[in-house]
Amino acid sequence: MNKLKKKINLAKKKWEEFVDNREPIIYVGAASCGRAAGALDLLSDINRFIEESKVKAKVVEVGCIGPCYLEPLIDVKMPGEPRVSYNNVTAKTLQNILKAHFQEGIPFARAAIGHFGSDSYHGIPRFYDLPMLKPQVRIVLRNCGLINPEDIDQYLAVDGYQGLMKALQMSPDDVIGVVRQAGLRGRGGAGFPTFKKWTVCRNAPGEQKYLICNADEGDPGAFMNRSLIESDPHAVLEGMLIAAYAIGASKGIIYIRAEYPLAIERLKTAIAQMREYGLLGTKILGSNFSFDIKIKEGAGAFVCGEETALIGSIEGKRGMPKSRPPFPAISGLHGCPTIINNVESLGTLPNILRNGAEWYTKYGKEGNRGTKTFSLVGKIRRPGLIEVQLGTPLREIIFDIGGGVQKTFKAIQTGGPSGGCLSEEFLDLPVDYESLASVGSIMGSGGLIVMDEDTCIVDVAKYFLDFTQKESCGKCVPCRVGTRHMVELLDKITHGEGTPDDLLSLRTLGDTIKKGALCGLGQTAPNPVLTTLRYFRNEYLEHIKDQRCRATVCKDLIEYRVIKEKCTGCQSCVRVCPTGAITGPRSEPHNLDVTKCIKCRSCYEICRFDAIAGDAIVIRTAEKKS
Amino acid sequence: MPEPIRTILEKHSREPDELIPILQDVQKEYGYISAESVKGISKYLRISENTIYGVSSFYAQFRFTEPGRHSVKVCLGTACHVRGGATLLEMLERGLGVHCGETTEDKRFGLERVACLGCCALSPVVQIDKEIFSRMTVNRLTEQLKEYE
Repeated sequence: MNKLKKKINLAKKKWEEFVDNREPIIYVGAASCGRAAGALDLLSDINRFIEESKVKAKVVEVGCIGPCYLEPLIDVKMPGEPRVSYNNVTAKTLQNILKAHFQEGIPFARAAIGHFGSDSYHGIPRFYDLPMLKPQVRIVLRNCGLINPEDIDQYLAVDGYQGLMKALQMSPDDVIGVVRQAGLRGRGGAGFPTFKKWTVCRNAPGEQKYLICNADEGDPGAFMNRSLIESDPHAVLEGMLIAAYAIGASKGIIYIRAEYPLAIERLKTAIAQMREYGLLGTKILGSNFSFDIKIKEGAGAFVCGEETALIGSIEGKRGMPKSRPPFPAISGLHGCPTIINNVESLGTLPNILRNGAEWYTKYGKEGNRGTKTFSLVGKIRRPGLIEVQLGTPLREIIFDIGGGVQKTFKAIQTGGPSGGCLSEEFLDLPVDYESLASVGSIMGSGGLIVMDEDTCIVDVAKYFLDFTQKESCGKCVPCRVGTRHMVELLDKITHGEGTPDDLLSLRTLGDTIKKGALCGLGQTAPNPVLTTLRYFRNEYLEHIKDQRCRATVCKDLIEYRVIKEKCTGCQSCVRVCPTGAITGPRSEPHNLDVTKCIKCRSCYEICRFDAIAGDAIVIRTAEKKS
Repeated sequence: MPEPIRTILEKHSREPDELIPILQDVQKEYGYISAESVKGISKYLRISENTIYGVSSFYAQFRFTEPGRHSVKVCLGTACHVRGGATLLEMLERGLGVHCGETTEDKRFGLERVACLGCCALSPVVQIDKEIFSRMTVNRLTEQLKEYE
């Protein structure tokens, strides 16, 4: 442990030199989302600028700070000045930013979103005072976007691995005690108390025990785990060490989606650094605790997020769930006691150990302690990765942090495809495990998808169920046959061929699948349909009785028309139509052949933005079928 | 056993646990799992070819036909769906003349769908080879595809 302390002191010195920058530092947010927004192009532009103008500056790739709608984000920290953050940077603004800082010595305030200093600075607001950031409590995400995820020294300098050192000075039972007192519940979705699972595993007989980190983030619309691993991999790895020490595991496996190549890369780098620093292997930091970590890539099966299916997949089998008991904590991987913890649960542990259970219980509320990360997406003004205290009302998340919706709010889906769709009347519902369950939804892993009036509720319910149906492993009948039948019924309704009886069938099927399915996937699959049937029944009825889709989404119920009086004949739509459905000479109103139209929205989009008249193409309810 | 397969196999132990990692490495190298590869793996791990097909067909990642020169993956995650991912896929199917999971006749594009690329805030996204394109529209996608041969 002394060795590590020395390294920490060295790391702190390095960090101080780094933060106390003699040289300017340019930070580039280069997690997957930043890269998708074009961060890597900016990175090469920055390097070119440095080379050409012969200035001295360090360029650091950092992870994701959360507000994805601001991507790509570039931060500049000049010596002795606060770090200034620039949003939605384009190649052009980048040049202006760099010129302002390096040639004029002032920030390019017009394009800045916030700064990280304490006082006011050139009229730029503080970053953490931004409406999206202010209500958040960042515990798991504390380092995301601030430190270099590929440098263990930076993690050490911000008190990294302090939690582990504290844990190693306690007995494993005491570590479990701290986690119990903190009230940590599984962040993967089910919310089972972490200490209970651990205690069972710790007391289970067996020489070999395993700890598995579940990074198979399969919910479409959720990216909390990816961001955390890409931005602060050591936090998760430190959590694994703490958990392994508490349960007595000597082998650890990270089961991660193959679709997250950057996260896998960063984990590999981090693990190699841990080895070098004596944080993996035998007798870690001079204690009697030995542990090693392997990475296993998932192969694209949603059901493998379920514990027993995940174990099957690691063993090289089809990832199909088994009936429980025995629980994995007693008989898991290769029949040995195994604990599977979610990325976020593990990422929380270092903070709890470092600051103590009492500190952690200050956040959240009785029974729901601490914070939870969410990916806030969909039809929202400020989508991104957020972290709030458990018990925060939905309204605060959607409107204060997310900035509300552009059009009219219609619904919010919590818990991904296994969760429920909640209407406006639930906006004041506190987000905690029990409150969400009481209205038929779940916390899930933390996907929050906001929908507005342009989203068709029946279509969304069909989408979710179609997803779970395709991902059903096919082992148990309720899930395999039941979900399929439900999708068929929903399909009928979206085509305008449903009957009122179908709604009853959907309800009965849903209830049966919930009770009869073998694993969590099946048991929660009907949630989106059951909740929408409860809270948005009218929309189902409109599809059935009037063959009307008020959101103009269900293709069989809508048609596109050119309004002759408005059309200037600019030919924009003729050019973009992929099927040649729109014809007509220049300067004359165009014709739209409905039999050729595939309703792809191309003409609608281009007409709104490009055409001189605008809005000459409309989507409306189709003529009623006779 | 063909030579290159052997070099992949020898990086792994003969435990059944290694089946999926081996399949992943083979696919990384060749782009798909050929019948020959399955034979080689079967001998190496001492498990039946049937078991290997059983396991590999369970997972969405593995494919058994040769891929196109460029892979086009349309994200159909929730956020992308809400923002029109399905329309992009439909337009691609029509434009390329293939169904999802198939390769165009000239082997130029292989079209696939993915459940979620985790870039939900930038939806809808499409991945062409290794690059992710955000906030895609039908029109922009059509233009983009022209850049690939």
